[in-house]
Amino acid sequence: MSLVFYAIAGLTLAGALAAVLLKNTVHCALALTVAFAGQALLFLELDAQFAGFAQILVYIGAVAVLVVFAILLTRGSETPKDGVYSRNWLAGLVIAAGVFAVLGWAVLGSARALPHETAAPTVTVLQIGNALMSRYVLPLEIVALLLTAALIGAVIVAMHEKEGHK
Amino acid sequence: MTPLAGYLLVAALLFSIGLAGALTRRNAILVLIGIELMLNAANLNLIAFWRYGPHPEALTGMMFAIFSIAVAAAEAAVGLGLVIQIHRHAHTTDLDQMNRMKG
Repeated sequence: MSLVFYAIAGLTLAGALAAVLLKNTVHCALALTVAFAGQALLFLELDAQFAGFAQILVYIGAVAVLVVFAILLTRGSETPKDGVYSRNWLAGLVIAAGVFAVLGWAVLGSARALPHETAAPTVTVLQIGNALMSRYVLPLEIVALLLTAALIGAVIVAMHEKEGHK
Repeated sequence: MTPLAGYLLVAALLFSIGLAGALTRRNAILVLIGIELMLNAANLNLIAFWRYGPHPEALTGMMFAIFSIAVAAAEAAVGLGLVIQIHRHAHTTDLDQMNRMKG
């Protein structure tokens, strides 16, 4: 495990923690951007260049901006007076800790069976494009349909109803 | 510790942080942020298994992660559209105050 990995993992986890813990919603969105960027760096560290840049384009370029717009449209940056955490936050925390305990136990318990360092695969964007157009063409079409449906659905759901025309 | 175990542990931590955020925050947008973090953790697992798995040239895990990113983007768009519409209707994004299904 290299120092670079620890640095990037620390950045990602710090961003994620800040996104979940901060009181101001806009600060949460900015911390979320840091977490997404750290994750993109982790992808690059894993020799998945295409996935890393797709992560930057889609998550930082689209999802984070969408979250900021939603915060502005709902005036969500005002901190509510009765706290930012739900009434039953302790139960949620216990569930999350339990899930992490199970996942960590599973990973550490099977650590000996996990494969060791292998040679870095050389995957070009050309190969990915060829695979998308040949073997994975049907999933690609389905994702295209899903994105179109989500686009239309999001516009219809968020569209402003005219007064008196319900 | 093998590198794969390190990545899997980071992904498990990221998933748990996202789950804790989704379960403990009151603001609906923050719950969506938690769900995004959980999806990201799953993507990290997919890419890590692709990198250290037996046949990386088959691109299976990479394709899975790319499609998962696309689906997560669609989910975020529809989810935030729903939050905006609920705010317009109920004038709140506080999930503890959303206790009626009647409009």
